[in-house]
Amino acid sequence: MDILKEITEGIEQGDDKKVMESTRRAVEEKIPPKEILDRGLIEGMNLVGKKYKTHEIFLPQVLLAAKAMHVGMDVLKPLFIKGGMPDRGKVVIGSVLGDLHDIGKNLVGIMLTGAGFKVIDLGVNVSPEKFIQTAMQEKATIIGMSALLITTMPVMRRVVELLKQEGLGGKIKIVIGGAPVSHEFAQEIGADAYGYDSTNAVEVIRELIK
Amino acid sequence: MREIIEIPAEDAQSDMDSILKNLGMPSKNAIPENVKQLLKKAKEIFLERSQPVFLFAEITVPEFETVYFGEGQNEKITPVEQIFKKADSLALFTLTIGEKISSEIEKLFQTSEFALGGVLDAVASAGTDKAADFMEGHYFKLLKKKGKVKPKAVIARYSPGYCGWHMSGQKKLFEFLHPQDIGITLLDSFLMRPLKSISGVMVVGDKKIHIFKDTYPFCSICKTRSCKDRIRTLSGKAKTNEKGVM
Repeated sequence: MDILKEITEGIEQGDDKKVMESTRRAVEEKIPPKEILDRGLIEGMNLVGKKYKTHEIFLPQVLLAAKAMHVGMDVLKPLFIKGGMPDRGKVVIGSVLGDLHDIGKNLVGIMLTGAGFKVIDLGVNVSPEKFIQTAMQEKATIIGMSALLITTMPVMRRVVELLKQEGLGGKIKIVIGGAPVSHEFAQEIGADAYGYDSTNAVEVIRELIK
Repeated sequence: MREIIEIPAEDAQSDMDSILKNLGMPSKNAIPENVKQLLKKAKEIFLERSQPVFLFAEITVPEFETVYFGEGQNEKITPVEQIFKKADSLALFTLTIGEKISSEIEKLFQTSEFALGGVLDAVASAGTDKAADFMEGHYFKLLKKKGKVKPKAVIARYSPGYCGWHMSGQKKLFEFLHPQDIGITLLDSFLMRPLKSISGVMVVGDKKIHIFKDTYPFCSICKTRSCKDRIRTLSGKAKTNEKGVM
């Protein structure tokens, strides 16, 4: 069987040992690391994302696949040592100030990593200033914010305002998500997009950076 | 009456259907073997790490009125304000399964054990609800012993952040109840720490007072609509469960 196909299968099965072994063999067979990453690991996560969206698989299986993806990436990392792992864009994510919930935000980070993005996760309780500073320092193209509380949603508006004050409106795009957040709220505060779940967040971010 | 009660972790273990629901998995589907293993491990961690405890204190209707209208940020008309005024008994509560579980979940995500972390989160959330059911049962039994439960009475709980009761209601609730006695603190955003904590009011009264239609203006933006399940369960349990616990 094609070794890259074995990697994608391992990802789909959430079998981290299989992914590690297949990725190592692919490296030994001198397949370019970028090809292993794109056609093996990321392709596997793309298939997982599609199956999750159509309810063929569920959250635990997605998370097992994500773990397998990380194991495979760990094998490849030393090979990209000079320029670092190639990525499809940098995304700064975090739960907004006052909010300590992080499961939803973590899932978005995992799915973005699986889709080939470089994710800078600022954690929880993140101030508006921290979002902006980090995005500027890291030259990120996207800021992703999560809120699970109605009382913390206004922080998202503040980040949009600060970004405009810094003259970065439109250059750095803002995506928001979380239980009380909606498409309408995103429009109201001037955010660029709303992601209703982790797979949708990846889709809207892909669209934004096109 | 004000009590602090510790619950054995075994009594806060949730049923599989509730855990699967939290994971977005249909209970009728076969569970894959690797997910079964995760569920088994997560349940073990829950038993080892959770420390369920609750605090409740009875409150009169006029006292609760002050707590409920809190900082004046509730929706204009809410179901709870129709319900509590007709209650036979009210008790404010806070409940937590402790900080250790949240720390464990965080640690698992940080070490790339996403699947176990995600499943443990679902187990812990379901466990928090189960512990709350235990708490309701405890209070209802106490009232029964005192002969304070009328024949058609049931118990149901309502929390700030739901059904038009603004999150800022937590402030007055905390001032009345002092949940720091069981290790729960309130952040400026009105979020509780530990994360797996809940608060609110237990309302005991005729089952009819708890039934309302989800046609309030704020219902249109509610994503959970958990009131429907609660009311359905309430109707069923009032007929079949002598404890009258929702």
